[in-house]
Amino acid sequence: MTQFIDRRPVNKNKSAVNRERFIRRYRKQIKKAVSDAISHRKVTDVDSGEKISIPSKDLHEPFFHHGREGKNTRVLPGNKEFMPGDTIARPPQGGGGSGGQASNQGEGEDDFSFTLSRDEYLDLLFEDLELPNLEKTKLNKLQKFKKVRAGFTSDGVPSNINIVRSLQKSLARRIAMQSGLKSQLEGLEKDLENETNEQAKQQIVEEIEEVKRRIAKVPFLDTYDLRYNNYRKDPVPTSQAVMFCVMDVSGSMDQNTKDIAKRFYTLLYLFLTKTYKNIEVVFIRHHTIAKEVDEEEFFYSRETGGTIVSSALHLTLDVIKERFNPSDWNIYVCQASDGDNWHDDSPKCQDLLANALLPQTQLYTYIEITKREPQSLWHHYTDLAKSNNRLVLERIEDHSAIFSTFHKIFKKKPK
Amino acid sequence: MKKKPISTGSDWTFELLDKYYVEIERIAHDVFQLDTYPNQIEVITAEQMMDAYASVGMPVGYSHWSFGKQFIQTEQNYKRGAMGLAYEIVINSNPCISYLMEENTMTMQALVIAHAAFGHNSFFKNNYLFKTWTDADSIIDYLVFAKDYVKKCEMRYGIDEVEDMLDSCHALMNHGVDRYKHPPPISIEEEQRRQQSRQDYIQSQINDIWRTLPDSAVQKRSHSSQSFPTEPQENLLYFFEKNAPLLKPWQREIIRIVRKIAQYFYPQRQTKVMNEGWATFWHYTILNQMHKEELVTDGFMMEFLQSHTNVVYQPTYDKPYYNGVNPYALGFAMMSDIRRICESPTDEDRQWFPDIAGSPWRKTLESAMIQFKDESYIAQYLSPKLIRDFKFFTILDDSDRTNLEVSAIHNEHGYKAIRQQLSDNFNLSINEPNIEVVNVDINGDRSLKLRHKVQDGRMLDDGSANEVLRHVYRLWRFPVHLESVNLEDKVLRTYHCPENPH
Repeated sequence: MTQFIDRRPVNKNKSAVNRERFIRRYRKQIKKAVSDAISHRKVTDVDSGEKISIPSKDLHEPFFHHGREGKNTRVLPGNKEFMPGDTIARPPQGGGGSGGQASNQGEGEDDFSFTLSRDEYLDLLFEDLELPNLEKTKLNKLQKFKKVRAGFTSDGVPSNINIVRSLQKSLARRIAMQSGLKSQLEGLEKDLENETNEQAKQQIVEEIEEVKRRIAKVPFLDTYDLRYNNYRKDPVPTSQAVMFCVMDVSGSMDQNTKDIAKRFYTLLYLFLTKTYKNIEVVFIRHHTIAKEVDEEEFFYSRETGGTIVSSALHLTLDVIKERFNPSDWNIYVCQASDGDNWHDDSPKCQDLLANALLPQTQLYTYIEITKREPQSLWHHYTDLAKSNNRLVLERIEDHSAIFSTFHKIFKKKPK
Repeated sequence: MKKKPISTGSDWTFELLDKYYVEIERIAHDVFQLDTYPNQIEVITAEQMMDAYASVGMPVGYSHWSFGKQFIQTEQNYKRGAMGLAYEIVINSNPCISYLMEENTMTMQALVIAHAAFGHNSFFKNNYLFKTWTDADSIIDYLVFAKDYVKKCEMRYGIDEVEDMLDSCHALMNHGVDRYKHPPPISIEEEQRRQQSRQDYIQSQINDIWRTLPDSAVQKRSHSSQSFPTEPQENLLYFFEKNAPLLKPWQREIIRIVRKIAQYFYPQRQTKVMNEGWATFWHYTILNQMHKEELVTDGFMMEFLQSHTNVVYQPTYDKPYYNGVNPYALGFAMMSDIRRICESPTDEDRQWFPDIAGSPWRKTLESAMIQFKDESYIAQYLSPKLIRDFKFFTILDDSDRTNLEVSAIHNEHGYKAIRQQLSDNFNLSINEPNIEVVNVDINGDRSLKLRHKVQDGRMLDDGSANEVLRHVYRLWRFPVHLESVNLEDKVLRTYHCPENPH
């Protein structure tokens, strides 16, 4: 009789290791595809994986086979009109439409494309990167607590009684306290059978009664049997973050510059999702006055006018004060600009950052997207960055530099 | 009185599977005398089916990126709907393992049981190629051994090292079989027991070939006069396993593993038409018998016939989805045709097949299955009637001429030519380039010379030849030369690795 074996519940994901090997081998190509793909994602789209294409010529497996030269004869089915000796013009691809043989698998022109899962995608994207200043803040900000089970205690509130444990204790105690008496009882009962003397018998019966009474007196449940579930409050680092996207939208910022900024924000957001479960994003745009807006408006509406950066910093401070208490939230600010600022405003910004904003944030990144010489804002920020490692600033000239700049900022530093 | 069918709905249960299995087994064994290994039938999910696909049907396989690539490809195609999954995968082992996919209907499960668990199974057990080249009893154990061994190597020498080795071996997999010699059956205990001693022994042998210390006078003379190898070697992997000078013992073992697996699959590559034809013929015959005995409903038969017809459909050459001769179609047609020739031969059949016309069909079919492989089977049994049915014709594609030529069609003059040509098209030793190791420069730079014997002017594909040669170089570690020579030993083209020989 044959057994039908139900394999469905076991042996899942047998190919996982082979898939991982595949990704490992083509890491370079895949990473390139991944960083190319970053441009057309929404800033907050993290749940999807990414469809990746790599040229299939890179991954074909060679073997010796015949080329197109020489005489080949093949048998084909479905003759309708041919007679022996007929000649046919060679079809453009050669091979007489025979397929199979000549074109071996993997050498086609098409790209080999597949979908990376979300985790694979993030891992590849942010390999060798880390968020700076994390450890320090963990120590600073042990604000949240989580209840965790921590064994059992001998006192507590009735609602936490652990019944199984308590009964185990009670059973153990009863065995310990009664076994001596029980073996005594057995001995007495044996004596009673062997005893012939009526009076002695009577005495033994009394003793038996006494022992039985003592056995009965051992309580079923005693207070020191009771065991309670114990909970302990463990401090956990807060796992929520807020990311402020601050961008200059004055007339000098063209769509291309904004696009670069957007990609940078996307990367940062994705990167933060690796560390934080819950991330809020606040979009603040500014020219001479700052305004909180939604993503659509942030990237695609145009404004004109001068530039006062401090307006945005003030607004950021206000939003933090109002909605994101620094003891509950990890705060990240990412400012993008083309470097323009009202001249008198830059010292003000330096001051605001140093005294108000930086102490509350985990990291403040400033990217300047321009090909021109750095201007006053850059110089003031550079001064500040020398003394404060929560401020990081980089310049980006064009699209190709986005990912490398991001890498530069978050590169793992040797400990 | 009408019998009650086993089931009427399309859903399957384990209980129903059992009932169907019992009936199919009875018909296969008692009515048609099929000789099979015991069966082990496993129910799996679509994803597990893709797993099985990706590892080319090995139930346990070592880890390699190419299987991952295969899996991703299969998954993509499946999700896009470009292909359905094969109904069946069956392993040539004892007991014979076959898989049922949970998504399938009861009808499909019955079809697969008849097709795989009895059709393929009996083919594996009886065809001479399988009997000679594979050992169904020990293959699973050997695969487990191989998987563990590769894993151990990865831990000891690093994933990259092992991967390089496997890549190179895979590139030569088609040249890792003995085409004519008879291999000893694989035995797992033997493999393990001998592995260590083999390592030591081989290493000492190789040192001997490359000994640089002065030998005694007698040996010296023989050294300079003898070429190595004394005979051309067609099994490249075997040659490297035994003779590559700088390989470490574990690398030789890896070559051996790939070689053994190539050898195991070699009969399957040589019997596609027969194997599928045989299995298809039996699922068709067995399920029809069940219908005759009123064990299955008419609805069951309708569903069965629909998928059966899809399986044996042969698109004509001018259809966009034409992809060569369908081995299921040709194989099934030929098996059925042999039965027809036995049971109701025409005058033509008597003239072409005097030996089998009118003979008992079951016995004739059995001996055809046992004694042939695709090329000889076609050469022996393809009848004029089938050539007419398929409307076969041959096309000569000569790269020296601008046009293709129709060389034979399904008429009196063409039958023999078409039959021979179709047989050649399924002949691996014609289709695959014939490449041999001919010489090693043992007294000089240790360079290795491979020779490709060109037939009909068919040259190697240059790109892949150069790539494979780099893999050969990785195994040999000294310069490697490949020359294509014609039948008069004239060198037509050469390849070198490293390029630009000194």
